[in-house]
Amino acid sequence: MSILKIEGLCARVVDGPDILKGIDLAVEEGQIHAVMGPNGSGKSTLARVLAGHPDYEVTRGKVLYHHDGEWLDLTEMEPHERATAGVFMAFQYPVEIPGVSNLHFLQTAFNAQCRAQGIPELDAFEFRELVAEKQKLIEMDASYLDREVNLDFSGGEKKRNEILQMAILNPRLALLDETDSGLDVDSLRIVAEGVQKLQTPRNAMLLITHYQRMLRYITPDVVHVLADGRILRTGDHTLAEEVENRGYEWVRQP
Amino acid sequence: MSEALKNKNRQYKHGFVTEIEQETFPKGLNESIIRQISARKNEPPFLLDFRLKAYNWWKAQPHPNWAALDIPPIDFDEISYFSAPKSVLDGPKSLDEVDPELLRTFDRLGVPLHERERLAGVAVDAVFDSVSVGTTHSEMLEEHGIIFCSFSEAAQKHPELIQKYLGRVVPPTDNFYAALNSAVFSDGSFVYVPKGVKCPIDLSTYFRINASNTGQFERTLIIAEEGASVSYVEGCTAPMRDNNQLHAAIVELLALDDASIKYSTVQNWYGGDEEGRGGIYNFVIKRGRCEGQRSHISWTQVEAGSAITWKYPSVILKGNDSVGEFYSVALTNNRMQADTGTKMVHIGKNTRSTIVSKGISCEESRNSYRGLVRISPGAENARNFSQCDSMLVGDTSSANTFPYLEVHNPTAIIEHEATTSRISDDQLFYLQSRGLDAEGAVSLLVNGFCKEVFKTLPLEFSVEAVKLLEMKLEHSVG
Repeated sequence: MSILKIEGLCARVVDGPDILKGIDLAVEEGQIHAVMGPNGSGKSTLARVLAGHPDYEVTRGKVLYHHDGEWLDLTEMEPHERATAGVFMAFQYPVEIPGVSNLHFLQTAFNAQCRAQGIPELDAFEFRELVAEKQKLIEMDASYLDREVNLDFSGGEKKRNEILQMAILNPRLALLDETDSGLDVDSLRIVAEGVQKLQTPRNAMLLITHYQRMLRYITPDVVHVLADGRILRTGDHTLAEEVENRGYEWVRQP
Repeated sequence: MSEALKNKNRQYKHGFVTEIEQETFPKGLNESIIRQISARKNEPPFLLDFRLKAYNWWKAQPHPNWAALDIPPIDFDEISYFSAPKSVLDGPKSLDEVDPELLRTFDRLGVPLHERERLAGVAVDAVFDSVSVGTTHSEMLEEHGIIFCSFSEAAQKHPELIQKYLGRVVPPTDNFYAALNSAVFSDGSFVYVPKGVKCPIDLSTYFRINASNTGQFERTLIIAEEGASVSYVEGCTAPMRDNNQLHAAIVELLALDDASIKYSTVQNWYGGDEEGRGGIYNFVIKRGRCEGQRSHISWTQVEAGSAITWKYPSVILKGNDSVGEFYSVALTNNRMQADTGTKMVHIGKNTRSTIVSKGISCEESRNSYRGLVRISPGAENARNFSQCDSMLVGDTSSANTFPYLEVHNPTAIIEHEATTSRISDDQLFYLQSRGLDAEGAVSLLVNGFCKEVFKTLPLEFSVEAVKLLEMKLEHSVG
């Protein structure tokens, strides 16, 4: 069953020229799609537009998301509405929130989603248990929880923290924006294995990536190669290897 | 009530008026009014003298205008200086005799006074306009030798203490509003903690303005004898009205050797509507004196209400090794104005002070931090650390920081940090992409910004303060 249908999507930075110039893409439940592309191809823009970043505006097209038996157009929803409907973006550059502990942040977000979905919130004790279980996925120790959100975190810690949030919020559609960039070998393995464990037959993931480093651990069902705001090629996981071997210039050739 | 005020009702839940028979003095300020206030309170003659001297000095003073505030001219003859419910005119009685309407008012404000409902860990003195309605837990406190009662009651029962300490920290001729308050002060709380006694529960005063066109002139005096310690909290609210009302208070704290006083305020006076109509003028003088060696005075304030806030809770560090602290959150919205901060005056040796100020300005409000650190010539090895952070919400508000430093001793070490920030779109988006709506996101960011101050509040008041800021921010975002 389909979970996401992007149809003719054009988008730009507010008042700028179009960066996305007609994207079509469909994702089924249980699938992992990789979106690859050189710098400036628009792949991060795609992730941000899907999540509702206020710097971007959609000029044409639709982003249909299947939720509770109906199709919603994400472009008409506020960022938090998309989140509570099950869309999650792991940020390329996670943002610092001074003065707020990671635990408090996680619990606030989790309970906001519970409220929006009309399910009971968790109290502090129940929530700690949930976190303790999810932390194991990405080998984070408990001291993370008392630290201020992303403040003085190393690059690897920030990325792991994104995956922890994903594990806790349990999205139906996860957008991972260059989650593999800036990671050393060990962190890459931990993050990639964590992501892999979060895959279920009911959810779907869009991995936005420049390299195929992460794809050594996670085998995507579908690979898209993006350049100049368009999807130039779509194929199976072998496409990623081909890009790795032959470079992005190859993709542009007719 | 205007339409705007009705809308405002949603965000200021304390804006109701208690319908009750009150005796209110005619408007105007003169010797006769002062004599009537003093007579109404059965004061000893020295207090009437104190008032009249202050009044005579005040009469000749111009209104001060140095703060970064627009204060419309105040006609002091258009204010009534005393108003009290008829049922408590003769001062506080036992709570059984108090008009149930008054008790209901305090119930509604979340400050139940009755034995069975009152807050377990906090003793409360409830002040309604110019008088105290009642004080809880006083018998238990008496067993420890602690006096906790209304100022008026203390003037009758402990005149020797009042005569000894009143005006010692804030002399009546200190400034314009010090003199005005000293002339017409109505009620407030008196706390005396004897030598070596640690007060077992928090003490608190709840100030309620109800009558219209009446000024409230709170007077509070807290004395901690050698080795004593006490934690005191005040809260305040007022009805929503289209005209302004004056709350001009004096709070004096005195700490002797090894004594410690922690004074916390959660101020939520009505702040006026979106157009800037109405609201309380909150002109307050708060000063503590670390008289003794190793004494400690700590102010925490959460200023979230009032049309105009003008106050600088200060500490005079006279005793060697004494410590002064000031932790402040000032939130302004609509057209509110705040000019607030502190003075740390280092006189003794090895004295230390800490200042942490967090200002949040929303909408068209103005928020200024103004603080003085003075190191006197004899203050060897004094240390001060100041941190003044401002946060702007929206793009029509303003924030200022006015730090003053006077250093007359070369051994002093002074550190000052200041930042001004705006809630960034990236932060908002990050939180929203996790499921928080815009209000929830701003409130989380603001609470993070204020964390250092909130953690100095007693726990239940810290929860209150967080809720209060959330409520205020609800209508400033989106």
